[in-house]
Amino acid sequence: MTEQREFQTYTVNFGPQHPAAHGVLRLLLDLDGEVVERADPHIGFLHRGTEKLLEHKTYLQGVPYFDRLDYMSMIAEEHSWVLAVERLLGITPPERAQYIRVIFAELTRMLNHLLFLAAHGLDVGAMTMFIYAFREREEIMDMYEAVSGARMHAAYFRPGGVGRDLPEGLAERIQGFTDSFPGKIDEYETLLTNNRIWKQRLVDIGVVSKAEALDMGFSGPMLRGSGVAWDLRKAEPYDAYDRVDFDIPVGKNGDCYDRYLVRVDELRQSNRIIQQCLQQMKPGPVRHEDFKISPPYRKDMKQDMESMIHHFKLFSEGFQVPAGEVYAATESPKGELGVYIISHGGNKPYRVKIRAAGFNHLQAVKRMAKGHMLADVTTLVGSVDIVFGEIDR
Amino acid sequence: MTKEKLNTLEQLVADRFPALPRQRLPEPAEALVLRVTPDNLLATMGRLRDDPELNFTQMIDLAGVHYPGRAQPLELVYQLLSVHKNHRLRVKLAVDEETPVPSISGLWWCADWYEREAYEMIGVLFSGHTDLRRLLTEYDFEGYPLRKDFPLEGLTEVRYDEGEQRVVRQRVQRLHAHREPYQANLS
Repeated sequence: MTEQREFQTYTVNFGPQHPAAHGVLRLLLDLDGEVVERADPHIGFLHRGTEKLLEHKTYLQGVPYFDRLDYMSMIAEEHSWVLAVERLLGITPPERAQYIRVIFAELTRMLNHLLFLAAHGLDVGAMTMFIYAFREREEIMDMYEAVSGARMHAAYFRPGGVGRDLPEGLAERIQGFTDSFPGKIDEYETLLTNNRIWKQRLVDIGVVSKAEALDMGFSGPMLRGSGVAWDLRKAEPYDAYDRVDFDIPVGKNGDCYDRYLVRVDELRQSNRIIQQCLQQMKPGPVRHEDFKISPPYRKDMKQDMESMIHHFKLFSEGFQVPAGEVYAATESPKGELGVYIISHGGNKPYRVKIRAAGFNHLQAVKRMAKGHMLADVTTLVGSVDIVFGEIDR
Repeated sequence: MTKEKLNTLEQLVADRFPALPRQRLPEPAEALVLRVTPDNLLATMGRLRDDPELNFTQMIDLAGVHYPGRAQPLELVYQLLSVHKNHRLRVKLAVDEETPVPSISGLWWCADWYEREAYEMIGVLFSGHTDLRRLLTEYDFEGYPLRKDFPLEGLTEVRYDEGEQRVVRQRVQRLHAHREPYQANLS
């Protein structure tokens, strides 16, 4: 008798247009029944060549491109870029600007984690979470708008400071928001944390050990979820982070549920940081007052010839950056966002490399999905919190 | 990284790798750079990862850079991070278009995609990589987009052709002159 062999695996094409794919992810899944044998993520559907474009833009023109990388945590992306440029120039922004930056970086973290809760909830079947989280997101986006004129792509951080000072009344509004926000987080937790279905879908799914997390290049909440207490805001403090007090939440088991808990706790920590910043902040300038680098004040420009020349040169030619190279990393909501700039002098960078946190996290789905059920892939993709703008660049 | 940390790291690196050229970048963007070659890459990286004093458990980033006109025009820049010791090291490797660089994806699993990216963007060849496909560009893309001789607007564009009733690919047709008053730094 001849031996008969049956091939049991079959391939499913997940995406690139799929509501649970969080953008344009194409995932090729080899399935044995409902169990995933192999997952192969195909990325690049949102590749816009940001790194190449930045080589042809002045340093100031580069800022808006960073908003469009991770379009769910816009200002956090700008942060790495402006820090990198500042380090090349050897300048530090004035104190008030540092506090404003931290406030907005943390508001952005809330914005991102709220979307994570919303979308992750929706993926797993908790519809209400989406509505709840978007209620607060709307408020934060209004703050974005108040400060920069844009709800999403703010282009608010500039090399040497921020675009402009907080408008009147905004500090009080942020204060009011932070007073009520912990209550809102409790609301989210009543919906999810002890929810039986939520736990059944998340606990023990996508377990990543400490060693694996490091090997797979994890950073941010993904790394902390696996129990490594690593946070760039503590390890390499930038701006005003060394003057505020906050804790680093860490997970224990490294599964999707721990990563969820870590992010919820980060919402509380962000709230703490913002409150401290609002307390410590004093009036003062918000941009570096070397007008070869930051724009001159408008009232001077009307009378002063020198200011007008500065303004014209700054917005046409840009500023000159000395030759050198720098790698600047910040703790963006998704993890370490690094910007590596090589400058050969002049007004444009020679080469820019953007290190996106989601790049590694998505890559790890390949390894994490193995052996899980098809339905768990959705949980995994939701849990790693990916946005294709930054992965594809 | 603070100055003291960088000094300690520099001493450690000098002690472990006396033969390798290293460079301390000046202020304000201070950093330590170690230069390797394809021959000693794997041994160096392995030691950097496993030495308990150095303990670089994470390969954070890999950037490919193109320097036209050099004898070895391609350069790989590895950024290493130790979350235990809180220090960073930059490892650079210069190579030409033909020589393959050994893959470090056996040392750090995450290097897989980074190497695929460096391969597609500037055309560095890797040996020992199990899956060296294009990553970010489309499946049938040709050329290395981040090389300096690759034009910003690309080589080909697609449009819908009424006559043929399908999407056709053609060379980029510039309708307007390229307006860039201050030229980018291409060399």
